[in-house]
Amino acid sequence: MPDTLTKFIFGRLTLDALPLHEPIVVATFAAVALGGIALLGVITYFKLWGYLWREWFTSVDHKKIGIMYMVLGLVMLLRGFSDAIMMRLQQAIAFNGSEGYLNSHHYDQIFTAHGVIMIFFVAMPFVTGLMNFVVPLQIGARDVSFPFLNNFSFWMTVGGAILVMASLFVGEFARTGWLAYPPLSGIGYSPDVGVDYYIWALQVAGVGTTLSGINLICTIIKMRAPGMTMMRMPVFTWTSLCTNVLIVASFPVLTAVLSLLALDRYVGTNFFTNDFGGNPMMYVNLIWIWGHPEVYILILPLFGVFSEVTSTFSGKRLFGYTSMVYATVVITILSYLVWLHHFFTMGSGASVNSFFGITTMIISIPTGAKIFNWLFTMYRGRIRFELPMMWTMAFMLTFVVGGMTGVLLAVPPADFVLHNSLFLIAHFHNVIIGGVLFGLFAGIAYWWPKAFGFKLDPFWGKVSFWCWVVGFWFAFMPLYILGLMGVTRRMRVFDDPSLQIWFVIAAFGAVLIAFGIAAFLIQIFVSIRKREALTDPTGDPWDGRTLEWSTSSPPPAYNFAFTPVVRDNDAWWDMKKAGYIRPLSGFKPIHMPSNTGTGVILAAFSVALGFGLIWYIWWLAALSFVCLIATAIGHTFNYHRDFHIPAAEVTQTEAARTTLLAAQG
Amino acid sequence: MASTATMAGTEPVFHLEEEHAHAEGSSTMLGFWLYLMSDCLIFAMLFAAYGVLGGNYAAGPAPKDLFDLDLVAVNTTMLLLSSITYGFAMLTMDKGRVAATQAWLAVTGLFGLAFLSIELYEFAHMIHEGATPQRSAFLSSFFTLVGTHGLHVTFGIVWMVTLMTQVARFGLTEANRRRLMCLSMFWHFLDVVWIGVFTFVYLMGMLR
Repeated sequence: MPDTLTKFIFGRLTLDALPLHEPIVVATFAAVALGGIALLGVITYFKLWGYLWREWFTSVDHKKIGIMYMVLGLVMLLRGFSDAIMMRLQQAIAFNGSEGYLNSHHYDQIFTAHGVIMIFFVAMPFVTGLMNFVVPLQIGARDVSFPFLNNFSFWMTVGGAILVMASLFVGEFARTGWLAYPPLSGIGYSPDVGVDYYIWALQVAGVGTTLSGINLICTIIKMRAPGMTMMRMPVFTWTSLCTNVLIVASFPVLTAVLSLLALDRYVGTNFFTNDFGGNPMMYVNLIWIWGHPEVYILILPLFGVFSEVTSTFSGKRLFGYTSMVYATVVITILSYLVWLHHFFTMGSGASVNSFFGITTMIISIPTGAKIFNWLFTMYRGRIRFELPMMWTMAFMLTFVVGGMTGVLLAVPPADFVLHNSLFLIAHFHNVIIGGVLFGLFAGIAYWWPKAFGFKLDPFWGKVSFWCWVVGFWFAFMPLYILGLMGVTRRMRVFDDPSLQIWFVIAAFGAVLIAFGIAAFLIQIFVSIRKREALTDPTGDPWDGRTLEWSTSSPPPAYNFAFTPVVRDNDAWWDMKKAGYIRPLSGFKPIHMPSNTGTGVILAAFSVALGFGLIWYIWWLAALSFVCLIATAIGHTFNYHRDFHIPAAEVTQTEAARTTLLAAQG
Repeated sequence: MASTATMAGTEPVFHLEEEHAHAEGSSTMLGFWLYLMSDCLIFAMLFAAYGVLGGNYAAGPAPKDLFDLDLVAVNTTMLLLSSITYGFAMLTMDKGRVAATQAWLAVTGLFGLAFLSIELYEFAHMIHEGATPQRSAFLSSFFTLVGTHGLHVTFGIVWMVTLMTQVARFGLTEANRRRLMCLSMFWHFLDVVWIGVFTFVYLMGMLR
C-alpha cells in the first residue's frame, strides 16, 4: 500500500504504537483482554445483552444511572490504584544505585494517569453516581429534570474513561503530571499522542459532567415535593446543589483552557508557548480556576453524606442545620477565591500571595463549623456504630489532620519550602482519601440497602474499614516527614539511602490499602451471596429520617406512588412520629420518561471523534463529527419521549409491598 | 395545590392524592439559562485570554494595521438586525401565525449568514496579509475569541434550519414553541457577546 494512503487511513497510528517492548504493559493487556473476553463470554452465554441494553444502558431511570456511575468508579478505582501501588513499589526499591523496575518513560505516564484517573474517573463518577441516585429520592421526585440528558452525561463520562484506558494499550498517556502544564505539554516537548489522549478524554468526559451539573441543579430547584422549602431540604441535597453549582461554574473553564492547549498543539497558535507572545503562566492560572473548585466539588457531597449518617446513627436531628447550610454556601463561594495558593512560588508578589493565603485560611472556619456540628449531633446521641458511622468517625479524625496541614500550606512562606514536596502529596491524599473516599464508603454502606434491598455484610466491611484506615496512616504519614525533609514529588530514583525506610513504610501502607480494596470487593460478593439473610423488606433499615427511606428498597421505577407532602426537615422522621399510614388504594397512572439508546450512540461517536483527533485520522474525526451532529438532530425529531405506568401496575407493585410489610408484622 | 388526602379530619397530610406531574419542559427554561451561563463562562475565559495576550504582537501586526471599522460596523449591524427579526419571529409565534414566523426566521438566518460571510471575508483578508493565528499571541487570542463566536452563530443557523423544518412538519406545537424560545435566548446571547467583542476587541483595539 502506498505510504500516503496508509497515512490517510491510519494517521500517525502505526504498529509501533502498541507498547510491545514494555513487558508490564503487555502482561496487563493480556490480563485485561482475557478478563474482558471472559466477561463478554459470560454475558453472551447467559444471553444478558438484551437485558443490559434494555434495562440499563438505555435506561433514563436516575437510580440505574446512579448505580452505573458507581460501577464505573469502582472499575476505574482498580486501575488508578494499580498505578498507585506500582509507584509505591518503585520508590521503595529505587535506592543505592537501583533503577527500580519502571523506566522513566513508563513511570511518568503512571503518575500522570494515576492523578487523572483518580480525580476524573473515580472520584467524579462516584460522587455523581451518589447524587444521581439519592437526590431525586430525597426530594420526593420521580426522576431528574432531563432524564435523557442524564443518560447521555453518563455515557460521555464512560467515553472519556474508554479513551484513557485505550492509551494504556494503543500509544501512550501524557507524561506531564495530571494538569499537563505547558510548555512541557506543548507540541515541542510532548510531540507524541499522550497529551492528546489527555485533552480529548477530559473534553469528552467534561461535557458529560457539565450537563449532569445543569441537570441536577434544575432537579433540585424545580422538582422538590410540595412543602419542601429550600431550608427544609436534607443536607445532602443542599451540598449536592452547591456542588452542581460549582460544576456548572467551573467545568466550562476547563473546557476552554484545554481547547486553547489543543489549539496550540494542533493549529500552532501561541497561547501558552514561550515565544511569539505566549504566556504559559496563564495556563496555570486558568486551569486552577477550574482545579480549586473541583476539589470542593468532590468533598461537598460527602459532607452531606456525613451529615445524614451522623444524624441517623445518633438518632438525633442534625445539630445546627442552618449553620450547616450557610457553611456549605460560604465554602462554595470561597472556593473561587483561593486558586492562586496552588502556585505561590510563581512570583505574583507579597500582596497577591497574602490575599490568597488569607482567603484559603478562612475556608477552615466554615469547615470547622461543620466538624463541630457533627460532634454536637453525636453529643448525647444514642450512637449506633454501624459501618457508615465508623467511616464517619474515621473521617473526622483523619480529615482534621489533613485540614490542618492544608492551613499550614496556605501560609505563603511555608509554602515556598513545601511547594511540590511530598508534604503536599500527603496533604491532599489526607483530605481526598480521608474525606472523599471515606465518605463514599460511608455513603455506599448507608444507601446500598436502599438500592438493592439488602444490607452489606458487616464483617467484611469492617475488615475493609480497618485495612483502609490503618493503611492510609501508614501510607501517608511517612510522606509528611519526607516532605518536611525536602523530598519533591514525582521522583523515580533516590540518592540518599536514609530516606528508604520511609518509602518502605509507605509501600506497606499501600499494601494494607490493597487488602482494604480486596475486602470491599469480597464484601460485595459475600453480601450478594447472603442477600436472603441480609435482606431488608421494610425499606427503612437504619431508622432513617429523610424521604428516600419512606419508599420500598429497591424503590419502584416511579419512586413514590403518591407525591409526598413535606412538613419538616426530617420529613420521613416527622411522618413516622405523626403516625403516617401508607395509602393502599386510589393509585393513578404515573407519567414517566421512555428509555432511549441515543445517549450511547452519541457517546460512541464522541469517542471515535476523540480517537481520530488523537491519531490525526482526519477522515474518522470528520465522519464521526458529522454523525454526531446528525444523530443529535435526528433525536430532536422524536417528540414521544414519555409514557404512563398504568394505575393497575402501580396498584400491583404497591400490593406486593403491602404483603411484604405485613409479613414483617 | 390539588386536592390532598385528608384521612380523618385534622390528620396531617402526607401526600398528594392527585397525580400532578411536573408539566413537560417545566425545567427547560431554567436549564437552558444555566447552559447559557456556562457558555458565557467559556467566552469569559476567551475574553480573559485576549485581555492578557491582546497586546503581545511579537513584532507583528497590531489592531490598527488590521481592523477595518467600517466593515465591522456593517457586520455588527447584520447581527443586531438579526436579533430584531428574531424578536418579530417570536411575536408572530405568540399569535400562532406559522407562515409569518417561518418568514421572520428565514430573514434572521439570512442576516446571520451575511454576518458569517463578512467575518470569513475579514479572516481571509487578514490571513492573506500574513496576520495568521500563528503569527502572535494577540492574533491567536483574536482568532479564537471571534472564531468561537462565529462557530456559535454557525451552530445557531443549523439549529434554526432544524427548527424551521420541525415547525413546517409539526406546526407551532408547545414543544416547538419551547424550542424556538431556547434558540431565541441563544441568539440574543450571541448578540450580547458580540457587543463585548465589538467593544473590547475592535473599538478599544483601535485606541491601543
